[in-house]
Amino acid sequence: MDKGLILANVAISKGSTPLLSVSTHVAPGDVLSIMGPSGVGKSTLLAFITGTLAPDFTATGAIELDGADITNAPAHQRRVGILFQDDLLFPHLSVGENLAFGLRPGGSRGERQAKIADALTEVGLEGFADRDPATLSGGQKARVALMRMLLSDPCALLLDEPFSRLDTALRAQVRALVFARAKARALPVLMVTHDAEDAAAADGEIITLAPIT
Amino acid sequence: MKPRRLLHVLPAVTLLVMLGPVIAGLYGTVLPAFGHLPAAGLIGPTITPFTDLFDWAGLPRAVMLSLGVGMGATVIALTIVALLTAGWSGTRAFRFLERLLSPLLSVPHAAAAFGLAFLVTPSGWIARGLSPAITGWDRPPDLLIVQDPWGITMMVGLIVKEVPFLLLITLAALGQADTQRSAAVAQALGYGRLTGWLKTVFPRVYAQIRLPVYVVLAYSMSVVDVAVILGPNTPPSLSVYIVRLMLDPDIAMRLQGAAAALLQLGLVIAALIAWRLGEHVVGAFGRRWIATGARGKIDPIVEVSALVAGSAAAFAVLAGIIVLGVWSFAGFWSFPDFLPDQFMLRNWMRFGPGTLAALGETALIAIFVTIAALALTIGCLEAEYRHGLRLTQRGMFLLYLPLLVPQTAFLPGLQTLMLNIGLDVGRLPVMFTHLVFVLPYVFLSLADPFRAWDARMGTIAAALRASPDRVLWRVRMPMLLRPVLTAMAVGLSVSVGQYLATLLIGGGRVATLTTEAVALASGGDRRAIGVYGLMQTGAALIPFTLALIVPAIVWRNRKGLRHG
Repeated sequence: MDKGLILANVAISKGSTPLLSVSTHVAPGDVLSIMGPSGVGKSTLLAFITGTLAPDFTATGAIELDGADITNAPAHQRRVGILFQDDLLFPHLSVGENLAFGLRPGGSRGERQAKIADALTEVGLEGFADRDPATLSGGQKARVALMRMLLSDPCALLLDEPFSRLDTALRAQVRALVFARAKARALPVLMVTHDAEDAAAADGEIITLAPIT
Repeated sequence: MKPRRLLHVLPAVTLLVMLGPVIAGLYGTVLPAFGHLPAAGLIGPTITPFTDLFDWAGLPRAVMLSLGVGMGATVIALTIVALLTAGWSGTRAFRFLERLLSPLLSVPHAAAAFGLAFLVTPSGWIARGLSPAITGWDRPPDLLIVQDPWGITMMVGLIVKEVPFLLLITLAALGQADTQRSAAVAQALGYGRLTGWLKTVFPRVYAQIRLPVYVVLAYSMSVVDVAVILGPNTPPSLSVYIVRLMLDPDIAMRLQGAAAALLQLGLVIAALIAWRLGEHVVGAFGRRWIATGARGKIDPIVEVSALVAGSAAAFAVLAGIIVLGVWSFAGFWSFPDFLPDQFMLRNWMRFGPGTLAALGETALIAIFVTIAALALTIGCLEAEYRHGLRLTQRGMFLLYLPLLVPQTAFLPGLQTLMLNIGLDVGRLPVMFTHLVFVLPYVFLSLADPFRAWDARMGTIAAALRASPDRVLWRVRMPMLLRPVLTAMAVGLSVSVGQYLATLLIGGGRVATLTTEAVALASGGDRRAIGVYGLMQTGAALIPFTLALIVPAIVWRNRKGLRHG
């Protein structure tokens, strides 16, 4: 069984216009950076992998995750985590409820609360469970979003320009945290970015997509 | 049926629920119009119903009233709204007026009409305010203001209710066009605020509000409750005449009623075509006006006039509600006293029990209908989100169709049809008929916020292993609590305000606040009208208040949803 995330001859087009094609294997713990100018279809590729491709796009090829073909699986059964440039914390839930939403079902109330408290401690946010996410700073929100995703126990992590909204000082800090947490869990990471610094910090393979003409 | 399949057929079910009664009603109108009514032993075809109708001496007047009042109300309301938005959008005065007008939108037409009547009648509040100091009247002058033969008061009654509607529709359209920068560019080129807006923004905005404007035109031409309260009696407008014929105990009169309903439909279609042609004419003049490069010298005068007119519309509804309230508590009140001698609860003690029964009926119907409309709307929008089953431009037209076909054209037919196939009139058919009118408004109210929801929230939730249903109920609905409640309030107020559907399809046996209030019009008991009118207004306004308060309480600790 092949561990990691495999994109086998994936090609995406919009209508009859081909957009991109890519074939790659991201091993557990590795970070693959995908770069390229905006409009080249980087986010579309991520949408294909998460199973949320808009109807006006068509895609061919296969996605394999830890040996299983997930190309046609429903989005919520793929076990592919994703982080966007916005934290996208659910505004109607507290920080703790956001994490509980991510945490897989099972366990007693106390056990679940303990897991959530541990997760908050892991990113230096102890005691934040009852807070309104809207009152958190940008860096704090990014950390909660990361832990929410990790608590859902994904088998791969996708990053869609995840650090571009953070200021420079915070950016390096959050970036290091995300990569470290992903490595600790041996997750294959696929990052879309147009920031060369992000790609360099990822310390992995870099694919540059060019517009297909 | 599996939920997945259910979601696929929901859009079709929704269209059927919405358009089925309209089509059935039109079908049920055509046959009796040509003398075919087997239930009464009448077999057609014959053109007698039409010859009977054309023999009615009041017909030319009734037709002119329908056309004149409908066209006049629509042109004037649209002009006020366009000039008001052109001259004032973005200013503090505008925001104040906007906030004042939004709740007035939910005031039922009948209540607003009664309120206006109590203001402008010779013994009304305005005359009392000016007497005897300015007018010198110590008794009400003998003037026919309410129910004047030209339908002017009726037209004013429609204008004051359509101005808030068109204004809110216009504001929604403004958000979708890049209007602020266009207006800024025009002003930088030396155009007055109003002229610049009319020349650069209005054409785009009008393209978006065209269908609602058509709705206003069709509605104003065929309205019944406002016409009963404010319109002339001898002869009445065509719509009121149709209803009289349909309620006549002599079943043969229904044939003439059906013929008149077809005439009403033809009139509305003709008026819509004329309006469409008028758009081209106005557009041509507009282009020529733009080409002159005129910067708008008289802008300030027009701006002030528009503000005065808009404020007058708001004042008329607001003061109307207040005067209804004063009458409902009034003891002895002689002319020209501005206020009654004493305020008392006697009127409420007397009419209260009756209004409570009517309120129960009103609430029962409105709540069932609104929940059904909301379920169908959310189903359709979710089908669109999950499976891309999106309504096309033509689909949008279908959504407006039940609002464009005049009620007096298809409701009589629907009633006759039900009679023919042996269906009983009553509460359940009334609910289905209300749904025809409630559904489009609930859908139009919820569609934009539902679609504007950040779909990445859904992607995130799915990546967190939440099923599509869980995403809908645990993420999307809670985040959309405010627009969902607002859509419910819109649905409730539309149902509460229904007059003709309740009267005809209920067979006179379903007594809601609106049917009871309008029935009081001929009696002229102002205290009773005050009580019923106020209850009717409350029934429509309270849901809107709740739609504001409930999310504020539920999400009091959630800053991210406070302005959502």
